[in-house]
Amino acid sequence: MVVMPVVDREKCNGCGLCISVCYCEALILVDNVITVLETEECGWCTECEAVCPTGAIACPFEIVIEHS
Amino acid sequence: MAVNNSFLKSVAYFPGLSTEELDSVKKLIFEKKVERGDIIVFEGDPPEALYFVSSGVVKMFRTSAEGKEQVLNIVRPGESFNDVPAFDGGLNLASAQAMGPVTLYGIPKHSLDLFLQEHPQVAVSVANVLAAQVRHLVSLVEDLSFRPVVGRVAKVLLEYAGDGTSPGQQLTQQDMAAMAGTAREVVSRSLKVLQSEGVIEIDRHRIVITDKEALRGIAGASN
Repeated sequence: MVVMPVVDREKCNGCGLCISVCYCEALILVDNVITVLETEECGWCTECEAVCPTGAIACPFEIVIEHS
Repeated sequence: MAVNNSFLKSVAYFPGLSTEELDSVKKLIFEKKVERGDIIVFEGDPPEALYFVSSGVVKMFRTSAEGKEQVLNIVRPGESFNDVPAFDGGLNLASAQAMGPVTLYGIPKHSLDLFLQEHPQVAVSVANVLAAQVRHLVSLVEDLSFRPVVGRVAKVLLEYAGDGTSPGQQLTQQDMAAMAGTAREVVSRSLKVLQSEGVIEIDRHRIVITDKEALRGIAGASN
């Protein structure tokens, strides 16, 4: 399973700006709400999160400490 | 010409214009379509036009002599960019790049001067748009100039890092911005700074702290 950006369906207004900036075509509109397709092409550029006007898309980072 | 009155009315410059006045705006407008990554406006070039985004998203940024990029603004549909040089005739203040396919409407600079002379009531809207932009930029300047933001981002990373036995909390750049009291654009740059200094690595959706002591030092310097 590939970790993908998370969509808050309640916040999504279906504007599609995230689709326009997603280079891996992982985002589609279904019933006017963004749906994320799983793909290993997603490089976590976070541009979908940056352009979303309603804060409906989250690209969370897991923060870990490397133990040598 | 695809531009219609409903789009023009959604633009902050033209909310109160009559149909006849909007028709006179339409005569000045040209349409431009660009693809992801295309540079629409180059920082330092003479201004050619004032632009409005019809669809898609445009990133405004400046580049330092060392090649570092600072995002100044994200421009969404209905919003304008390149306003200041289009009005004052000075060189472009920032570059504009399409973040995906973008449709733009532009008013050539030479037409803009004449339009404002013929429709002085638009000047009030222009003042409001420029005032909002100044507020946004002053806030960004404050973040970049006066706050040890990199240190505060470092502190957030240390605070929310997993210890290896339990997973760390997941944070978006927006979350980190809220915690560090700064803007998302500044967090993005701070993470790049920390990465270039070799104290973190960004592995897709994971931020790996590779030098905890150095990160602590950076975080401590912000106290």
